[in-house]
Amino acid sequence: MKLGKFKLKGGTSLWVGGTLVGFVVLVAIFAPLIAHTDPVLDANLMNAEIPPDWEFWFGTDAQGRDIYSRIVYGSRISLTVGVVSQLLNSLIGITLGLTAGYWGGWWDDFVSGLTNMMLAIPSLIFALAIMAILGPGLSSLVIALGLTAWSYSCRLTRAQVLSLKSQGYIQAARILGYGDLRIMFTQILPNILGPLIVIATLGMGTAILAEAALSFLGLGIRPPFPSWGSMLSEARDQITTAPWLSVFPGLAIFFTVLGLNLLGDGLRDSLDPQSTTRRA
Amino acid sequence: MSAPLLKVEDMRIALASSGTTFDAVENVSFEIGRGEAFGLVGESGCGKSISALAVMGLLRSPLSLAGGRILLDGQKIQNASAAEMRRLRGKRIGMIFQEPMTALNPLSPVGRQIAEMFVLHQGASWSEAMDRAEDALRQVRVPSPERRIKDFPHQLSGGMRQRVMIAIALACGPDLLIADEPTTALDVTVQAEIIDLMAELCAAKGTAILMISHDLGLVANMCQRVAVMYAGRIVEAQEADAIFSTPRHPYTQGLVNSLPRLGERAKHGRQRLREIAGVVPSIQAYPTGCRFNPRCPAMTDICRSTAPEITALPADGLVRCHHHG
Amino acid sequence: MAESLLTLDDLAVHFTVGGALSGGLKTLKAVDGVTLDVKPGECLGLVGESGCGKSTLALAIMGLVAPTRGRVALDGKDLKERERLATARTVQMVFQDPYASLNPRQTVRRTLATPLALHGVDKAEIEARVIDMMAKVGLRPEHADRYPHEFSGGQRQRIGIARALILKPKLVICDEPVSALDVSIRAQIINLLLELKDELGLAYIMISHDLGVVEHVSDRVAVMYLGRIVEQGGWQEIFENPRHPYTRALIAAIPDPFHRAAIAARAKAKGEIASALNPPPGCHFHPRCPLKADRCVAEYPALEPTTSGHLAACHFRNTVA
Repeated sequence: MKLGKFKLKGGTSLWVGGTLVGFVVLVAIFAPLIAHTDPVLDANLMNAEIPPDWEFWFGTDAQGRDIYSRIVYGSRISLTVGVVSQLLNSLIGITLGLTAGYWGGWWDDFVSGLTNMMLAIPSLIFALAIMAILGPGLSSLVIALGLTAWSYSCRLTRAQVLSLKSQGYIQAARILGYGDLRIMFTQILPNILGPLIVIATLGMGTAILAEAALSFLGLGIRPPFPSWGSMLSEARDQITTAPWLSVFPGLAIFFTVLGLNLLGDGLRDSLDPQSTTRRA
Repeated sequence: MSAPLLKVEDMRIALASSGTTFDAVENVSFEIGRGEAFGLVGESGCGKSISALAVMGLLRSPLSLAGGRILLDGQKIQNASAAEMRRLRGKRIGMIFQEPMTALNPLSPVGRQIAEMFVLHQGASWSEAMDRAEDALRQVRVPSPERRIKDFPHQLSGGMRQRVMIAIALACGPDLLIADEPTTALDVTVQAEIIDLMAELCAAKGTAILMISHDLGLVANMCQRVAVMYAGRIVEAQEADAIFSTPRHPYTQGLVNSLPRLGERAKHGRQRLREIAGVVPSIQAYPTGCRFNPRCPAMTDICRSTAPEITALPADGLVRCHHHG
Repeated sequence: MAESLLTLDDLAVHFTVGGALSGGLKTLKAVDGVTLDVKPGECLGLVGESGCGKSTLALAIMGLVAPTRGRVALDGKDLKERERLATARTVQMVFQDPYASLNPRQTVRRTLATPLALHGVDKAEIEARVIDMMAKVGLRPEHADRYPHEFSGGQRQRIGIARALILKPKLVICDEPVSALDVSIRAQIINLLLELKDELGLAYIMISHDLGVVEHVSDRVAVMYLGRIVEQGGWQEIFENPRHPYTRALIAAIPDPFHRAAIAARAKAKGEIASALNPPPGCHFHPRCPLKADRCVAEYPALEPTTSGHLAACHFRNTVA
């Protein structure tokens, strides 16, 4: 499926979402150029807890670090967590869902059982457990989140495969001699991508929120590294006295997750050659 | 001969699509007498189903009735209020659809769905209505009706469900039964039974039938008069026998001659079937002039530029063609 | 006598359905003892309504479902022992629903070219064969880069036919190829199928409930009811002199004004088609049969020759008028 064949015209959602996400991506890439100071090292206690002004756009925190620069650098962490963990999620979920739905039998029973188990365990707790084994830090966070949230994409993929399996063109492919793997990846997968993409972008948003939650609990990204979640955590006690410490990280999370959701919606519509909501 | 039961005059149905309005159905006129069986034939997209919906007052956006009159027993109903139409539906006009599974409430036992008709339109009590529902099932020849009234739609076969639909539609003795492709989803042998049942019940109760189908043979067998629709217009209307033996519009001729008929091959050997070239046009792209012209073997210049007038035929027939047979 | 292309020998396909919550395990005898053969270049019409097993039979012939009993042999060799790709080059299928039988994300070119590539056809030759096949089914070269949703039902069916023929099979199973199409284009597709059959020397199994179509295209006809063949013979014998009450009921049920009451109304079948999960004892058709007798409930009538030569599975095969 070539993207180039379809004009990406998914309408408002796509453009607004794409702009938001694109903006965050650019901020992350060009962080060293955009930020004013080093987010970790430039800590001057003389500048502690200054409200937003012309020098410090978003104010400073208790250690005197520029919030603006920390937000800018924090985008790198949030995006990394969101994208990489979701890729891992999708990889596991789609592969398991495809094979379980297509082959059925004992493998399907096994995968379904596994999925049920995963859905029954609160994912955050599971992630915590994994992080306890792997130790704190960005990579263990990504792995933990990637290993615990695949159930949704697995279940969705499997359901889609089951509904497609009886379609004429799948039977035709088998009759023409196509092998199972070829059918799964060239016939079925491209036709179920729409909902999967939406789930993936929603998942990215969820992962960012999960990172925020874990960091808030003190178990994700450890200070002094700037992650939006840990910034929220540090500002916990000063919500009334120094609101700018919570507002800006909160807004950053909000707009990024919103952008991802809108992008997912828009992509799903524009990737479906027949979608009736596609503005052609 | 008294006034017709249903008279549709110059009906026009508009379709609002991407900012413009298209005429989905145009200049459609027909009459159905009391107790008469009338067939409306055409392929998918020709406008026959929406014409029936218009008569019932069931058109929903983006479709709307844009012109013409619909008279039931001489009374105008095309602009009747929703409440008035609700009173008419079920009591004076019954309707059955192609897919009984979607037309029946899956969560309600079939007996109750039939009984509802008596409660709503005739003020019967529930217990009385349930008894009458059992009778109704017996009338449509459902075996063991006393047990079937408690069944849910999914427990019945397609043919049974359609019988339930007929029971519901005919429960209050309506003057007109509109049947939209009632047997298309059924097996051939079951189809024959359902059609016979409908014909019998309607003859017994004096109910007129408006039979909508793509199957010319079925309609000609069951109805006294048949009208053929193409791309939103009626192109031919004749008595059932005549429309088969002497079709006058090239489209009808094409339909009649294109389908393989039993016994033909034994008589004449295997002939190449006479094709109708091209495809059915979409509402947004109706050809100018005669809408059948791109596919018509008798097409000439005038067909492309001017829409043909209606020519009257004997026995209240009509044909809309510059070169009718 | 030509060697049979396809031989079915007492073929049966049974499914186990149900479980603890639906009243226990039951056996669905979708196909229950079918013996048939198809010669090269011949068209066998397979007639039956829902539940008769014709679709399952098609799947078994294609090798998509394993037989519970009996065998399927193509070109003399048992299907199980044949190589999967070689079978794909011998037997193919045209599906009923043109709206579900094409991959919506593949262009026509890709739908037709990939099977060729898969079967090792030279890259240089693929394009030529694709364009050639498209022309044969009445599509223009510029259609090659379009997607299924850009075509009408009839055109999609043409693409489906092209796909079935692209590997040059010897036998094509057509499963209700025109039922889902508009009436005015059915003739186009039927004519096309017959032309291609003559041009390419194909054998067809034409599955349909439309007797008019079956009579028009078939050389021989088999009538199926609840997993078994109830009547079988040459097309003219079956249609002019049907000896099984079910066949007679099918013919009587046709709403054709030119064929009114050729077979009396008393030939019509009553009631509903029984479920293949719980077929009636003895002859499966007896609950609906106007000729039903005690013998019919007790004993299943074998598929045996009638006095006019063709086979019928009815105790009254020689006495039905």
